[in-house]
Amino acid sequence: MSEGGAALVTGASRGIGQATSLALARAGLAVALGYRSDREGAEDAAAKAHVEGAVAMALPFDVRDQASVDAGFAAIEAELGTVRVLVNNAGYTKDGLAVKYPNEAWDATIETNLRGAFLCIRRALPRMMRARYGRIVNVASVAALRGNPGQAAYSASKAGMVGMTRSLAREVGSRGITVNAVCPGFVDTRMTEGASEQLRAKYIEMTPIGRFGTPEEVAAVIAFLAGPEASYVSGAVIAVDGGLSA
Amino acid sequence: MDMAELQDKVCAILADNLSVPEDKVTPQSRFQEDLDADSLDLVEAVLALEEEFGVTIPEEEMEGVTTVGQAIKLVATKLGVAA
Repeated sequence: MSEGGAALVTGASRGIGQATSLALARAGLAVALGYRSDREGAEDAAAKAHVEGAVAMALPFDVRDQASVDAGFAAIEAELGTVRVLVNNAGYTKDGLAVKYPNEAWDATIETNLRGAFLCIRRALPRMMRARYGRIVNVASVAALRGNPGQAAYSASKAGMVGMTRSLAREVGSRGITVNAVCPGFVDTRMTEGASEQLRAKYIEMTPIGRFGTPEEVAAVIAFLAGPEASYVSGAVIAVDGGLSA
Repeated sequence: MDMAELQDKVCAILADNLSVPEDKVTPQSRFQEDLDADSLDLVEAVLALEEEFGVTIPEEEMEGVTTVGQAIKLVATKLGVAA
């Protein structure tokens, strides 16, 4: 058990999820690092947190699967305590022009990004409501705020997360629970590593700060929203995009 | 458990959850008008009842429940406690 209570970060093996887990661990939370396929990444990150003296555990957590969500929460409640902070970070993306976009890819995108986040929130809420405290941070995307060709499904799922964030902020605000969204721009993660040099140069040119962001720069904003001091921030949609959406 | 016992237990849980004095909670009490409970309060109270009695009360069955008496009846049906 940890003084700050337990936090769950989904998709915590790499990138923003991993950086967020470490930031929350440093803030004194006991962190559960949910992973679907990359067990090693999540375990490495948990080990890094241990080195810093934090409480952390990697656990299998497939947000697409209700049984996996239920089992994961039960394990966290048994090992770390009630989840006071939930970071919905697990994400899926497959770019493709609409005309040729497969139904399977559409469903997979909505299922992981939007439905997955909802399943976790629904499971976390009863205990947060009882505790009169909770921090929910949804990792959306700048694609929720401005369109990109080839990203109809992805941007729809992320805009969906933004709408869900706003409705839930109104629904549970009276219980001391805040619900916010962050919208990362171009960040150096596995999701963007496939981009060609030419495309990277174009992205950098679009971004006022003039470079890609780091996972740690996004994690810092998430950690703030997840902390007790952010008690009057709810329903906010915060771009962490180097000015891309400005 | 008999009906009187169940009624006392449900009323106590509701009073605790809705932060109202126990003597204000009777089968005749209306959640909204008498106990000042909004829909979220009601959901929380139902979650507490579910946990206490080990039953599941689906959303559909919560619809139309406006008084404490109706809630008691709902739990009684789930538990097979006769009136």
